[in-house]
Amino acid sequence: MSKFGEEWTRGFRDMIIEAGSRAVEDGKLHGEEIDAMYVGTMAPGSLVGQEHIGALVADSMGLTPVPATRVEAACASGGVALRTGFLAVASGMHDCVVVGGVEKMTDTPGNEVASALGGAGDQEWELFMGATFPAIYALMARRHMLEYGTTEEQMAAVSVKNHANSSKNKYAHFQNEITIDTVMKSKYVATPLKVFDCAPITDGAAVAILMPLEKAKKYCEQPIEILASTQASDMLALHSRHCMTELHATKVAAKKAYEMAGMAPKDIDVVEVHDCFTIAEIMAIEDLGFFEKGKGGKASAEGKTALNSEISVNTSGGLKGCGHPVGATGVKQAVEIAWQLRGKAEGRQVKDAKIGMTHNVGGSGATAVVHIMKKAD
Amino acid sequence: MKCRTGTNLEVVFMPSENLAITWRRLPERYRLTGSACENCKTNYFPTRKLCPKCRRKGRVATKQFSGKGTVYSFTEVASGPAGFELESPYVLAIIELEEGPRLTAQIVGISEKDVKIGDSVEMVFRKIQEDSAEGLIHYGYKFRLLRKKSA
Repeated sequence: MSKFGEEWTRGFRDMIIEAGSRAVEDGKLHGEEIDAMYVGTMAPGSLVGQEHIGALVADSMGLTPVPATRVEAACASGGVALRTGFLAVASGMHDCVVVGGVEKMTDTPGNEVASALGGAGDQEWELFMGATFPAIYALMARRHMLEYGTTEEQMAAVSVKNHANSSKNKYAHFQNEITIDTVMKSKYVATPLKVFDCAPITDGAAVAILMPLEKAKKYCEQPIEILASTQASDMLALHSRHCMTELHATKVAAKKAYEMAGMAPKDIDVVEVHDCFTIAEIMAIEDLGFFEKGKGGKASAEGKTALNSEISVNTSGGLKGCGHPVGATGVKQAVEIAWQLRGKAEGRQVKDAKIGMTHNVGGSGATAVVHIMKKAD
Repeated sequence: MKCRTGTNLEVVFMPSENLAITWRRLPERYRLTGSACENCKTNYFPTRKLCPKCRRKGRVATKQFSGKGTVYSFTEVASGPAGFELESPYVLAIIELEEGPRLTAQIVGISEKDVKIGDSVEMVFRKIQEDSAEGLIHYGYKFRLLRKKSA
């Protein structure tokens, strides 16, 4: 991983090199051994004026002529890149695949970033009418509050917990703890969501290396086994969906993932969920089956998702605390789970973590990607 | 162009969309003309050229919507995206049309304390955004409250 944050002194290429070099070193790999690369990034065309990211990454890393492909699924670009790499190895086509995610967001003014991110929703029928991403999640939050009695204080608890975790993560965007008061007194962005309910605009990159398990054991002291990799889609615009208090794509991807791994929610020790907004974490822990529908807010406020509690959620700090360089997030989640399962999550280690999960969402839920991972025997 | 609030702040408008896209969408944006599948009797707004329920078996025809509906969810947006800087804050809602489909639109002439989920609304024709001082003005549907009704 690169250090996440507002990295004014570093550009798109610098972050790829930082994260890529660390991953290749950690994997004790030589460039010649790499068969293919998949890079998740959402909007480099709008944000830094650059397309053709696959070739750019191969070039920056000194890895030409390795085939390198850009993968895009809005905020799920990283998760889908990971899944694409998994499919390439699982198919038998490749034996050593590098998957990465990257986004450079702070080279662009805030309102233009908002417009670029709006492209993850329905450009013609949501964004054109004045919708922003905070607004779209605010529309979900308002329904969740009406249907299940979820409160702004419960949402604030998610943010407080994620900052508590990110303060123990040296790669995180935010290194400070906050209180419920910090969140409640912050300005509204789109009611009922406030500044501290929203993931920040972050620069960063994350990289992971995938191999068949037997091969990985020769390179790595403690490989992580991917037990399940699933993905689902849904209507692009929020208004087209039947239900606005759940992400149907998350439920479908999670159900398939539990089946593929032969597991249930109770088997998961640590999970990285897609908390682009606090309400998104509340819906995610419900949709992934950790809490009953409508009880996610209460569970968060009662501390059931804190480090080493009922289920450790977003130990990295999540999107809120660790930061959300959109395309990098899905890969960063996998990196955090790998650290947790190896017992290397300094200062925020989940005790005896054996099974982990990642949950990455594109847009307001039109793509969801779920992975289940295990500490390999 | 000069900002219309009377300050000297320069505001640069980004072209919000290509003219051809705007032109193709006029029946929907100006009149709430959508579509309906004659096979499964589902109404669609915005228009769908392919019924997602029936796919190849679907028979999609033009359908005119009345513009009457209710508020399904709403939010007050404090800072809008590029092109909406001057009208922020505004109330953005998901409106459930009486014929079934839901859409995203602004509610005009109120602040969020005046609106509740379930309130009745009707379509009005308004300016949505403009590209620049001499650029295209985009018009389309917004909604206004009709009368209060409990959620």
